[in-house]
Amino acid sequence: MRDSFIKTLIDLAHKDKRIVLLTADLGYTVLESFRDVFPGRFFNVGVAEQNMVGVATGMAMQGLIPFVYSIGNFAAFRPFEFIRNGPAGHGLPVRIIGVGAGVDYGTAGKSHWTLEDVGVLRNLLGLHIVVPADLFQAQSALKKTWDLPGPVYYRIGKGDKSALIPEGSFDLGRINVLARGEDVLFVSMGSAVKEVVNAVELLRKDGISCGVAAVSSFNPFPNADLVRVMGKVRWVVTVEDHVVNTGLGGAVAQAMVCGLSKARLLSLGVTSADLPKSGSKKYLYEQMGLSSNKIASAVRQILNRERG
Amino acid sequence: MKDLAYQIRRIILEQSFRAGVGHIGSALSIADILASVYGDVLRARSPRDKERDVFILSKGHAALALYAALYCRGWLSKKNLGTYCGDGTCLGVHPEHGLPGIECSTGSLGQGLSMGVGMALALKMKRSKARVFIVISDAEYNEGSLWEAAMFAAHHQLSNICVIADNNGQQAFGYTRDVLNVAPVENIWKAFGWGVYSVDGHDRLAITRTIRKSLKVKNSPHVIIANTQLGYGVSYMQRQIKWHYWPMSDKEYGLALEDIKKVGLKKSHGIGRA
Repeated sequence: MRDSFIKTLIDLAHKDKRIVLLTADLGYTVLESFRDVFPGRFFNVGVAEQNMVGVATGMAMQGLIPFVYSIGNFAAFRPFEFIRNGPAGHGLPVRIIGVGAGVDYGTAGKSHWTLEDVGVLRNLLGLHIVVPADLFQAQSALKKTWDLPGPVYYRIGKGDKSALIPEGSFDLGRINVLARGEDVLFVSMGSAVKEVVNAVELLRKDGISCGVAAVSSFNPFPNADLVRVMGKVRWVVTVEDHVVNTGLGGAVAQAMVCGLSKARLLSLGVTSADLPKSGSKKYLYEQMGLSSNKIASAVRQILNRERG
Repeated sequence: MKDLAYQIRRIILEQSFRAGVGHIGSALSIADILASVYGDVLRARSPRDKERDVFILSKGHAALALYAALYCRGWLSKKNLGTYCGDGTCLGVHPEHGLPGIECSTGSLGQGLSMGVGMALALKMKRSKARVFIVISDAEYNEGSLWEAAMFAAHHQLSNICVIADNNGQQAFGYTRDVLNVAPVENIWKAFGWGVYSVDGHDRLAITRTIRKSLKVKNSPHVIIANTQLGYGVSYMQRQIKWHYWPMSDKEYGLALEDIKKVGLKKSHGIGRA
């Protein structure tokens, strides 16, 4: 996803000279392609994320469209107040690329996991948050949002090449419906969508009919779309590689209450401060209950309990 | 018009007294610096002039001095100035963008330099001749982000930046040397690759001369260490930490207005605009 995103950025940068790229010394072997084509529009600011966002804010004030790049947690947390007071506070077109969503950097350890970025950043109501589910949606999301007047945060996965969203379509504040079902509606985002799609297959074999809605933006959050697609489904199950309360689970709960949905809600994701030990993404998804098997088990459990 | 630094001081006193708010000492500290910047060196036909020089008040808590300078420059109406700290005003204790002449909102220390550096870099890319002037406080040396920006500006040889450091030696809890001692700060700026100049921060002529001299050097950003006093111009406020926050009583206001007349007559005459 990351490489495709940068490739699309290069295409856009050919068309619009206002685009510049800043990195806090990350993106080795990824960003050189941009640097080599646009050496005068590429700046490695060093390991200094606060200054990176501050500089980008100043550049945007002078009419440029700066993209800043780092691993998600470094991009979102260290410079949070710079984002708040700068691009969010001034409504400036700074774009923050946070790579390695969730536990993409699993073996790198907790310092490199990004489990709270959406929750932290969606407090900044003027900041659009884009969470693509696959590389094609990452590309189309960038094409549709790069020239928005306000700031954007892109939550970008690292290496997965799966195609999940039909034609990779993206509309800010809308959902993508990947499947329709009677019993359960899954609502998911980012790379958890792939696990959900696989879980739906497992559940289908058990005669459980599941729908899938992929959420790819916060601020605006697709409240209306979600309530509409929930229809008369009995269960809504949110799945995310993020803290549930402040992420997708929390946002969907709010949408359900405000939309008078009668469905019940199960939220899968990070629910405890007791995080698993480091390991591969596959291992960590299993540990965190986000593998397709674990998701399917959780759904069987709630339905069985309901019947029992 | 009478001496610009005097006018700025008078407005600071009038407005802070009327509004019953503090930060008077911090604003008085930079009155001569702003008289130099807005009276002598800042090139801008209007706040919307596309080729304008940029001014950022990184020490946002002294915004009243900036409002006074904008008023004297003719960019802020008397009516608007009179709304300072009122309900629904654009003129709060810290400056906010949207008011013509305020390039960016500040108030969180340690952020103004980064934004200014970004603007300077963009101006350089555009081959603009505009310069970026940034007034920082010496308390901002406590903020690590300031030094991130300082390194970046020097690395990119952003000679279109001129920082004026309001070196009044005091911050909220007392003397900067007692809070977090970084003196001699000139050496630190030099080590970071900046061109460093020291000046009497209450001598407008000297400040102006030093800024102009610094901007002729083209291989580094510039910092003018302006040695100032908190509350300068009002005898009972000078170097008194209470005037970082305190508002004035009726009696204190009367004394202050008399005091600044004496300073106003002593300083800075006869400098033309750039």
